Amino acid sequence: MAPRMTPDLAEPAAVRGFAQSYAPGEAYDEMMEPDGALRPHWRMFVSMLDDLGPEELQRRWVDAKRLIHDNGITHNVYGDASGLERPWNLDSVPLLTEQATWDKLSVDLVQRGLLLDKLLADLYGPRRVISEGLLPAELVYTSHAFLRPCRGLELPTDRWLHLYAADLVRTPDGGFSVLSDRTQAPFGAGYTLENRIVLSRVLPNVFRQCNVQRLAPFFVALRRTLSGLAPSNRDNPRVVLLTPGPYSETYFEHAYLARYLGYTLVQGNDLTVRDARVFLKTLGGLQRVDVILRRVDDDFCDPLELHGGSYLGVPGLLQAVRERNVAVANGLGSGVLQTPGFMPYLPGLCRFLLGEELRAPSVRTWWCGEADALSYVLNNLSSLVIKSAYPSRGADPTFAAELSRDALATLAESIRAQPARFVAQEQVMAATLPALIDGRVEPRRFVTRAYLVADGDSYAVMSGGLTRVTRTAESFVVSLQKGGGSKDVWVQSAGPVSPITLLTPATEKVALSRGGADLPSRVADDLYWLGRYVQRSESKVRLARAVISRSVEQGGEGGRTLAVLTAALIGSRVAAAPYACERPLLSFLFDPKYPGGLRGNVTSVYRLARLLRDRISIDAWRILQNVESDLSEFKPDADEPLARVSELLNELIVGFAAFTGLSTDSMTRGLAYRFLDMGQRVERAAQTTHLLRDTLVTTDQNESPLLEAVLEIADSSLTYRRRYLTHLEPHAVADLLLADETNPRSVAFQLATIDGHLAHLPRDSHHPHAQPDRQLMLKIRTAIQLADVESCCGPGPDGPPLADLLDDTLDQLESVSVSVAQTFFAHAKAASSLLGLGAGR
Amino acid sequence: MKLRVRHTTEYGYGETVPLCHNLVHLQPRDTDRQQCLEHELSITPAPAAIRTGDDFFGNPVAWFSLQEPHRGLSITALSTVELSADAQTTPNSEAWELAVHCDVMPADAAAREFAFQSPYIPVSPKLADYARPSFPRGRPLAEAAVDLMRRINREFKFVSGVTTVGTPVLDVLRDRRGVCQDFSHLMIACMRSLGLAARYVSGYLLTRPPPGKPRLVGADASHAWVSLWVPGHGWLDLDPTNDCLPGPSHVTVGWARDYGDIGPVRGVIVGGHQHSLKVAVDVIPVDEEIDADS
Repeated sequence: MAPRMTPDLAEPAAVRGFAQSYAPGEAYDEMMEPDGALRPHWRMFVSMLDDLGPEELQRRWVDAKRLIHDNGITHNVYGDASGLERPWNLDSVPLLTEQATWDKLSVDLVQRGLLLDKLLADLYGPRRVISEGLLPAELVYTSHAFLRPCRGLELPTDRWLHLYAADLVRTPDGGFSVLSDRTQAPFGAGYTLENRIVLSRVLPNVFRQCNVQRLAPFFVALRRTLSGLAPSNRDNPRVVLLTPGPYSETYFEHAYLARYLGYTLVQGNDLTVRDARVFLKTLGGLQRVDVILRRVDDDFCDPLELHGGSYLGVPGLLQAVRERNVAVANGLGSGVLQTPGFMPYLPGLCRFLLGEELRAPSVRTWWCGEADALSYVLNNLSSLVIKSAYPSRGADPTFAAELSRDALATLAESIRAQPARFVAQEQVMAATLPALIDGRVEPRRFVTRAYLVADGDSYAVMSGGLTRVTRTAESFVVSLQKGGGSKDVWVQSAGPVSPITLLTPATEKVALSRGGADLPSRVADDLYWLGRYVQRSESKVRLARAVISRSVEQGGEGGRTLAVLTAALIGSRVAAAPYACERPLLSFLFDPKYPGGLRGNVTSVYRLARLLRDRISIDAWRILQNVESDLSEFKPDADEPLARVSELLNELIVGFAAFTGLSTDSMTRGLAYRFLDMGQRVERAAQTTHLLRDTLVTTDQNESPLLEAVLEIADSSLTYRRRYLTHLEPHAVADLLLADETNPRSVAFQLATIDGHLAHLPRDSHHPHAQPDRQLMLKIRTAIQLADVESCCGPGPDGPPLADLLDDTLDQLESVSVSVAQTFFAHAKAASSLLGLGAGR
Repeated sequence: MKLRVRHTTEYGYGETVPLCHNLVHLQPRDTDRQQCLEHELSITPAPAAIRTGDDFFGNPVAWFSLQEPHRGLSITALSTVELSADAQTTPNSEAWELAVHCDVMPADAAAREFAFQSPYIPVSPKLADYARPSFPRGRPLAEAAVDLMRRINREFKFVSGVTTVGTPVLDVLRDRRGVCQDFSHLMIACMRSLGLAARYVSGYLLTRPPPGKPRLVGADASHAWVSLWVPGHGWLDLDPTNDCLPGPSHVTVGWARDYGDIGPVRGVIVGGHQHSLKVAVDVIPVDEEIDADS
């Protein structure tokens, strides 16, 4: 459908289609004038949506939801042990802003950023703002966010605040006020990018016609600034993104940003401090880290000097910063600026520190530690919003207007008891914007977060931002935790916008890099186990499929095959009668608590894949995500529980195969690939060996149906037929699946491949002979190569000698796995504090 | 008077530990009443480097790391301190109310840093109530503080082992027992609850008293006492454990808001959980040491 190139701006206020039923209240509305006419900068957008028509729009919103699901855009919900992840809630109507409005706002926010930066430097330096009486001593000295060990840190540039975000509300006159300053490690820039990607795909023409300013220049500036912080190694600094880990609310964003910016995603455990320098623990040894972009709160960054109980950080980090061997952004200690109690003092601080009037106004705020403010607050309590005076994690503000008389009295009482702990803010969040709620356009209140990054001696402002809307029309709270939606912010330029991408910044030349010995040990560990769990799940599914097809089709003489296979799958001999194994089989497949069951294995796959979000491709992630949801959402029929299970298992097998194929095709043959593949190979060798052990060893005569099933499970039926036609012999099956190095499904083939990987792992050159894993591998391979498979399958004094060969193979495979872990993954040791004795004890 | 301080801290781990980071407050700082003449830190196994500097409160700090596998750690700080020989006396001071949230002079304002709650020291009406009998209206500040110190000394029992570093001050107030650190935290908490500025002092006591004087309580470990900001006079040290104004038997290491800021040894080990800890403190006059050696 061709969009209208020039919307009819002269169209009268009569609004149809998209905005027809939209009825904002009295307050300022982003889209509509008080008289119900569309604001000029919305007309083009609305008219293009109307051209699409409601059905098409609805279809595109569904597309958007699918894109969000496919890209795995999520955030974590605290206290939700089962689900944990929630899909990101993107409202497909962006917030439209005119360039001129955004430009003025940007100028104002840059000044505020500079002010906060200077304030931070003063608080951790001479503290003149306190001695000169511009900021109450109590607000600083009683704040847990004021980190005394950060006093006097010398920073590589005289900048403390590299990233700053301001939460903004619209005032009734259409201006902006700052509701809160985010200086710790502001989240959302990555979600903003994702919102943009989704929206520009769903509404490509609209996006183009609206001349939307790009987000990428912000990230280019961020990269330039972070590189510039490196105390040494300026040309090619190693920048890492420090995350608290997958349980953090915005872990998705950490992984996403790390990949987008090209930084290594690390947890505290991946880093170590030696000689007051920070290193990344990699397979290739310790690698120097120059800059840390942190998403861990500053007080959790160093258990030695800061919060003693925290192991999200890196012991000794502060000393490394102190000696200027590493730069941290934001500077450690920056969280104190989030103190809501500072807000009333910013105008005075601005005059004192910058010699200027503060341009970006704050929402009116009173700190109750001042007598005048306290009496104002108590007299006007019911119209105010009450917050902690200090930075708080996750505590909601109290909207006094919503309280009962009793609750109001209680609140007044607690303020009177400890006034210094509270601030009150004017209730200003009234402006509305159109939000798409269940297919209808409705007004919602909102907060917009604007992002700034230090750039030279000023700040660069992102042309866009993250708008969060309230869940209901009445609510004033925007919170991911409470399930409000988010919106992209479109800053509309007057003319066409030239595209820019982060991959080819014009001024930077990318240093060539290959290999990847810098793979963090933890990541190698996770990749190895991802490989193992994927393969283990696949093997179980193949076996289960064979069991189910036989339990449905066969009775009578096929009963023995079914019994043997069922025993191989769930470990206990179930009566051979069809359907007798139905219940244990179902719980093996679908019960998350079944020990070693399929569901548990797939959950492990999913968990590891999440941890490795920045390492595996979007497509690979999507495949595993679908496998997980296919399995967890499957509901067996009540009457015929096994009926559709085969179909499901077929889908899962295709999924696993697709994942393996994709990683084989798209991962460079670096260490990441080697560890993933090694995990798969070790597991496939083990599973095949188990299968042979559970089937062939119990076969004392030629049991064609069983042999056929074994070949089918091991995906080698075709090869067998081609070789031996239809003549099924145990020793021929054993040879093909165990010893034949040309069969990619055989144990021998896996061992050869693993051996190849082991030969390419980085080794300590001081001890060239200490490679127990390779010695073990040589032993297993030799044993299998030397074995006379035909006589092994014959009778021996204590059963067929094949049993011993298989048992030895399993034992030694396990030893190889342990040895690899000890050699390459020995990083997981946790830190703990030494006891202090105290005085007089 | 010259004192020699030997403070040994020994950690034994249950297993080999590859990495250990430490921060120590073991060097006595210079004050109006004392000068640290010599200070030496001996660490076994030897660290690659010892880095020194000042903390937020101006106390000397040393940082070091053990970067080779080790099974234990021993830290010995040997310091020689010259102390002023005269005892402190209760200074003249104005009514205590005038010192509440006082910021008349820049020094008064600076001292307010120590007037608020801190991680180990809460403020509460209960604590203010306990202090109140010592602080009747108009009583000179120093006199009131000395009275509070005396009351704590009499009404609280010195018992080792019933409290830990983490015992809350309000529990100490309820149970009326503890050690010097508890009494110091309690007394500071009482005074801060009234709006006064008071800080925590970490230090040592002379191990054996001069002839004819009783042995002070808490002499075989590191000691702690209290310092109160007296406008117009300065900081006044008070030792509630011994009900005295610290004099030539008290060696100051440093001061801070509470124990958490200035614990003698902080450390983080990577790997290894179980560990044992042994601390020995010895403070003797330098002449006596020479006698002992000869």
